[in-house]
Amino acid sequence: MLSKSHARTFFLGGTILSFAVFLGLSWHTLSSEVPKQTNEAGLTPEVIRGKHLWESNNCMGCHTIFGEGAYYAPELTKVYERRGDAYIKAALMSPVPWSPRGRKMVAYALPESDANDLVAFFKWVNEVDLNGFPPKPKYKVSQNK
Amino acid sequence: MKYKSQKVAYWFFALSMLLLSLQIIYGFIMGFAHMGYDNLHDFIPFNTARAVHTNLLVVWLLSGFMGAAYYIIPEEAENELVSVKWAYIQLISLAVVGVVAIVGYHFNYWEGRKFLEIPRPLDWLVVANVLLFLGLILFTLYKGKKRTTTSLVLTMGLVFAALLYLPGMIWFDNQTMDSFFRWWVVHLWVEGVWELIMGGILAFLLIKITGVDREVIEKWLYVIVGLTFISGILGTGHHYYYIGAPKYWLIIGGIFSALEPLAFLGMALFAVAMYRKGEKKHPNKIALMWTLGTAIVSFVGAGLLGLAHTLPQVNLWTHGTLVTAMHGHLAFWGAYGMIVFAAISYMMPNMTGRKLYDSGNGLTAFWLSNIGMIGMTTAFAAAGVAQVYMERIMGLEFGDVQNEIQVHFLILVLCATLFTTGVGIFIYEFIRYGQPTDEALEQHP
Repeated sequence: MLSKSHARTFFLGGTILSFAVFLGLSWHTLSSEVPKQTNEAGLTPEVIRGKHLWESNNCMGCHTIFGEGAYYAPELTKVYERRGDAYIKAALMSPVPWSPRGRKMVAYALPESDANDLVAFFKWVNEVDLNGFPPKPKYKVSQNK
Repeated sequence: MKYKSQKVAYWFFALSMLLLSLQIIYGFIMGFAHMGYDNLHDFIPFNTARAVHTNLLVVWLLSGFMGAAYYIIPEEAENELVSVKWAYIQLISLAVVGVVAIVGYHFNYWEGRKFLEIPRPLDWLVVANVLLFLGLILFTLYKGKKRTTTSLVLTMGLVFAALLYLPGMIWFDNQTMDSFFRWWVVHLWVEGVWELIMGGILAFLLIKITGVDREVIEKWLYVIVGLTFISGILGTGHHYYYIGAPKYWLIIGGIFSALEPLAFLGMALFAVAMYRKGEKKHPNKIALMWTLGTAIVSFVGAGLLGLAHTLPQVNLWTHGTLVTAMHGHLAFWGAYGMIVFAAISYMMPNMTGRKLYDSGNGLTAFWLSNIGMIGMTTAFAAAGVAQVYMERIMGLEFGDVQNEIQVHFLILVLCATLFTTGVGIFIYEFIRYGQPTDEALEQHP
């Protein structure tokens, strides 16, 4: 029958082993794989400023990026490819709430330089290797608007 | 109650209930916005409501955990808390940090990092607050007569939770790195060390309520927290599938997160088995219901609904949709909301000396809140699954899909009203208990 000291050994041993493996894999991921998959050389000052704007306005409070964030507004990982920079800048610089299909975005009315930084960020995000996310739709339905 | 200083717990519970009420209000704001009624957009836009909703969740749960720890540690260590005055200072500073952060979110003072929106300067206040809390708990344990497994597991959970907050404070230029370490905090909290806290509180309640021998309960506690860590630590990989990390996380995350329900299943079987085994019939039935409830609902919400979308083949399609909100709501409620409610239900009669647990209100609160939350989860599931099929598989525009699924949010808001009624009755009962008193002290053996 399992004794309390066996149970404790199972807990401590399992925890230490799992954590050691996790640390090892994390080290490998961050030191050699992430720089390649994310094209770290492409992190220009514009991209970094764009990331800062992304955070300081809590864009993740409505949108997702890499599938992370809130589910109130569109996924933006591939927004650069989908919409292009003119559309993105129009949404960011608009003095009235952007609301293409009824749902309102905060009217940020960003200056053009900030909008350019965010576009640079989205361009960098667009090129990160995400193991196939977001998936291409299996069907493409034509919409009657 | 055996020690006067255990009364500190009351004020942490009171803060906890206040913040929960606010959390629910912001939840309604978001529910209505999803239905198309975003009338508060100019004052409380969605991203503000969202940051407030999730951060209040974290703070009310932490406040509840801290209250429970202030009650449990003196009783387990057989020693008064080392300083009641500093515990109140810690309570006030927790409330101040929480309020400043939440007010700041209304004025664009935040960092848009899901769950970690508290700006970094304020993070240092959080660190000071948690260090003070841990100091009080550890010093009480150190000076105490006994160090039980229950108190050690609970304390270990609290210490690790504090340590794991730190990786989230590092600044990274690379969004992938940022996300990688953000999950060290968020995932390793809720699917790791918080389960230690939950397990510790659960073991304490089971020992008190069922009267089963401590050695038996604590032995199984080790097995369960062992399963939690073995599956949960490498299970972090399910957050690394699609953020720019290598493909081996799809295999590791898939396998280990598929094992995560085992820990919750263990918890549910353990609680029910101890209840069956127990010969003592504790009169506080409400506390027993919340205790068994948390073990069972956490298995369904965190275990099964997590499993439903954790495999990479499924998650590729559901990642970043309302399916996540479905799992999130029942998981947090079952595992962490209900354990706080269980602790409050058990501890309030002991601290105030009033045995109000026979009233029908307690039962009504339990059933309404749980049925309401299960209804909400179902509404999120319907909306989320419809979103996945229309947007991800058929390729319809996000905004058009959102307009199609608005009706599910009507059901969500209706079920949330049931949930809120249940929680409201629970809080009404909490207030009816009144404040704790030294007259409730038990005689020392």
